[in-house]
Amino acid sequence: MNEKQMRKNRWQTTFFFIVIIIITYLSAAITNFHFIDSVKTIPKAFEWILSNLIVSMESLEKLPQILDKLGETVFMSIAATTLAAVVSLFLAIMGSKTTKVNNFFSAIARLIASFSRNIPVVAWSLILLISFGQNSLTGFLALFVGTVGFLTRAFIESVDEANQSSVEALTATGATYFHMISKAVLPQSLPQMLSWILFMIETNIRSATLVGILTGTGIGYMFDLYYKTMNYNLVALITLTIIITVILIELASNKIRRVIL
Amino acid sequence: MSLLNVEGLSKFYDGETKVLNDINFEIKSGEFVSVIGPSGAGKSTLLRCINRLVDINEGKVLFDGLDVASMKKKELRKLRTNIGMIFQHYNLVPRLTVIENVLHGRFGYKSTLQGVLGMFTEKEKEQAFHLLEKLGIAEHAYKRCDQLSGGQQQRVGICRALIQEPKLILCDEPIASLDPNSSKVIMDYLQSISSEMGITCIVNLHQVEVAKEYASRIIGLRKGEVVFDGASQFLYNEQIENIYGIESRELITV
Repeated sequence: MNEKQMRKNRWQTTFFFIVIIIITYLSAAITNFHFIDSVKTIPKAFEWILSNLIVSMESLEKLPQILDKLGETVFMSIAATTLAAVVSLFLAIMGSKTTKVNNFFSAIARLIASFSRNIPVVAWSLILLISFGQNSLTGFLALFVGTVGFLTRAFIESVDEANQSSVEALTATGATYFHMISKAVLPQSLPQMLSWILFMIETNIRSATLVGILTGTGIGYMFDLYYKTMNYNLVALITLTIIITVILIELASNKIRRVIL
Repeated sequence: MSLLNVEGLSKFYDGETKVLNDINFEIKSGEFVSVIGPSGAGKSTLLRCINRLVDINEGKVLFDGLDVASMKKKELRKLRTNIGMIFQHYNLVPRLTVIENVLHGRFGYKSTLQGVLGMFTEKEKEQAFHLLEKLGIAEHAYKRCDQLSGGQQQRVGICRALIQEPKLILCDEPIASLDPNSSKVIMDYLQSISSEMGITCIVNLHQVEVAKEYASRIIGLRKGEVVFDGASQFLYNEQIENIYGIESRELITV
């Protein structure tokens, strides 16, 4: 890089900052979004939360039912993630630069991944709702499809990062393609892949609530039901259980991650 | 009888840049040959043409009388089984144990299923330990490879090549990342492999002194062409200058 280029690069950074500021200002102006006004409403919102979202003794009676639904949601997320991980593994091996069989399959794998990733989970659940109706399969599939997209992308990167040199060495010993995948690529990328799977389980438990609201299944359905009937005590209890579950899952997966990495 | 025949071998990258140009030589069974030359002379490419890690553009490579360039998948596997390879960066799988890495050398003899499931016979395992012992790293057998020093990792690499029971071992700058002590250990092992087991060795080196000390024959490469081929005692300063293209006293000899 010469001096002229360096100066140009520095100027570019400044230019992009100015552009971003202008875009932010314009978007706010067009949508009538007033930052100061919205900040002012925050205390009021908290006031409402504190006075309405209170767990009462009465609502605790519903706890077994809530835990039942919550369990259903958690297991659905785990099942959707692990199943998606298996599919993603194949797609990633097909799609990665280092392990691809040919360019055609690689392109197809990448296409499937980007197609399912770029449609948000919310949109997937609404689309699938039309064809599968209101049941837990719809929620499961919505999570599954979104997860395949994300995990394939992440797995492709893990496989690409795996040390190329040991692949070369195994090829030189006369190993077959599957020997190379199972003994050189996977041992190196598996810890990272497991870490991504754990991350996706956490994310999916969070999105499962939203998907549940849309598809009428699991804990999301209960949340929606009591919210619409203005039973805010139960809404508070449900929210609390979800938060506790997500924190527990996160702690558990952090622990697992520390062991495997 | 000659084990390896290279006739008019040429290799281009991107259809243009000529890396190897009309290479001809013949290597007899049991020889210890060193290939020397400056960086970018095509030493690594030459080795990789012999076991077809890179494709051959022109000319012929005959291994044991068989044409390497025209081999199909199955024959190619068999060829590679007969040729061990040792790398500058050892190329082990870092997260696996030493013994697992050594046994990887047997994949050429395994079906896909046997290899994926890691089914090795007792004899193979015994042989693996025998080799580790021979190279003095048996006590590290169950350690992960990334916990070993460079010299130890290279010895694992040698074990992996030897367990293939190869006729030929290709060494791509085996000591370029090692300190002088480990380098000597590795070169001594390579020499004993050649003299005791009768395995032919082709060793890429960029240390001229090491090449002269260990190899019985030296091939000098410059810009993809053979500029010297002969017994190592005939490699005088004049030839070294010709290979490296500079005054030899400017070379830092280690």
